[in-house]
Amino acid sequence: MAVISLRNLTRDFKTTRAVDGLTLDIQAGELFGLVGPDGAGKTTTLRLLAGLLDITAGEAQVLKYDLKTQAERVKKHIGYMAQRFSLYSELSVDENLAFFAEIYDVPREARPERTAHLLEFAGLTEFRERRAGQLSGGMQKKLALACTLIHQPEILLLDEPTTGVDPIARREFWNILTDLHLDGATIVVSTPYMDEADRCSRVGLMYEGKLAACAPPREILRQLGAEVIEVHPADWRAARGLIAALEGVREVQTYGEALHVLVEAGTGAKRLREIEKTLKKHNLACNNIRLAPPRMEEAFISMIRELTEETAQGDPHVPRP
Amino acid sequence: MNPVIVSSLTKRFGDFTAVDDISFEVRRGEIFGFLGPNGAGKTTTIRMILGLLAPTAGSVRVLGMDARRETAKIRPRTGYMSQRFSLYNDLTVIQNLRFYGAAYGLGNAQLQERIRAALQLADLEGREHLKTGELSGGWRQRLALGAAILHEPEIIFLDEPTAGVDPLSRRTFWDLLYRLVEEGVTVFVTTHYMDEAEHCHRLAFIRRGQIIALGAPSEIKRHKMRGEVLEIAPENAARAVEVLRTARLEGALPLESVELYGALVHVILPEARKHRKDILRTLQNAHIRVHNMDVIEPSLEDVFIAAMQ
Repeated sequence: MAVISLRNLTRDFKTTRAVDGLTLDIQAGELFGLVGPDGAGKTTTLRLLAGLLDITAGEAQVLKYDLKTQAERVKKHIGYMAQRFSLYSELSVDENLAFFAEIYDVPREARPERTAHLLEFAGLTEFRERRAGQLSGGMQKKLALACTLIHQPEILLLDEPTTGVDPIARREFWNILTDLHLDGATIVVSTPYMDEADRCSRVGLMYEGKLAACAPPREILRQLGAEVIEVHPADWRAARGLIAALEGVREVQTYGEALHVLVEAGTGAKRLREIEKTLKKHNLACNNIRLAPPRMEEAFISMIRELTEETAQGDPHVPRP
Repeated sequence: MNPVIVSSLTKRFGDFTAVDDISFEVRRGEIFGFLGPNGAGKTTTIRMILGLLAPTAGSVRVLGMDARRETAKIRPRTGYMSQRFSLYNDLTVIQNLRFYGAAYGLGNAQLQERIRAALQLADLEGREHLKTGELSGGWRQRLALGAAILHEPEIIFLDEPTAGVDPLSRRTFWDLLYRLVEEGVTVFVTTHYMDEAEHCHRLAFIRRGQIIALGAPSEIKRHKMRGEVLEIAPENAARAVEVLRTARLEGALPLESVELYGALVHVILPEARKHRKDILRTLQNAHIRVHNMDVIEPSLEDVFIAAMQ
């Protein structure tokens, strides 16, 4: 069952079209990731879904509400966590939760149990007396998530919740999200981290207000239609130019001392031998060479670069920033 | 001699030891990554390397000189770009570059040529007269890098240069760094983005003031990972997570963690190959079909998280 249903959803700001004809259905229980570069329209999309912005054109239905006419009524059924979610830094963890419970009219008798559960869930039980301002960045994000969950929303909309937190906290946050997802929650989360796309059940790649790709992570990798040859040459500087000039090489991406060579799917083994031969011919040693599965980051960068080139070639329908 | 040599460096603030006896060397012409969570001691270390803060014990030598006592001689040969770029938003691109060029004492003729080179490197040609404040994050970041290399430094120190910049711009930025190292520049960069660690030639990972891993990314993966990552593609990933977590809690399988990745499950365990069959059987007993099961290479993030726990 689709709980979010968008048809040609469009939103203009003064001079830009931030969201440009978005058509998308999100089913109950999905963990849907919105990824893409800055300015692609991720935040605007989430705000539209949260009923915080007016629609310029198109249709949007969230749960059973039409966002054009019933945006106000949507709000209590969703939990929206903005990029700069404001906790009250002078209030304790408990007081912040109590504050949001109040705003969202959570029945008084339901509060103690729900608060205890969320604190447990977010690993904040032992810090409940601490002022929010004195929590680490990662704990603040977890508290913000707990506050977003206090009214038991049917849909969670999270705008870059892990930006700026350290790796352990980031991993913990995602473990919490996937646990929520396992419990059946519907989550739409935007992220600038490509590796986080791997943790979503489906991913939408946004570019210039449009969905450039939308599929489960594995499917996106298949759509890339590429294999990656990972080469560890002794001298990457010399090797890179030689490999880039070979036939059938789509792109060479540098990863420290390694080169990731993107080639058409199905040609990996053949191209690998050609790379070996070329390096040998030029007396360049190679410590290791192997076929590796493409990563999300490689897929997205390659896709966005292709789109950028298309745009640069002057499609008159694409608004220029 | 290596351009940066850090020996037994320690910094205490009262009873708090921010940097605890760390040693490493940065080699000429490499990108050296200095990684760690916020509050691990990254900024304190970089401030001592830049000679801005006196060590409690130990020493830092940059280009063969003492970082604290010979700062004046080191400064003209090194560049620095901070997290907050320190550009003037009201000035145009070219005015910012002229300002920094003058600050580095570049003469007029030389300055013209270096500004042209910086604009070219940062791909800002044609944008010279835009107000800096109107540039996107990625452009501003490249302008800041251009400003930091105007005086052709031998080493450049970058403190979280990509914080808050989108993935494509981050990638473009790294490609710029590779161009600089190809020209022989040594790059020292701090970051908390784990995926960027893979772009470094060598790196140090700092936690609670101590270095817990040092070397090339591939070496670190080989030596520091406890356990292996097994990627399972089951018919029903949610159920599989539940079943495997139960098996973990009951001690039936030696799993260190069980996490959902989209439609896949990642399990970390020692000697994954040895336990494959048991895992498969556990899932089959719960009537979960398994399409595929592979030991995959851990990401550096997997390795660091394992090393920290």
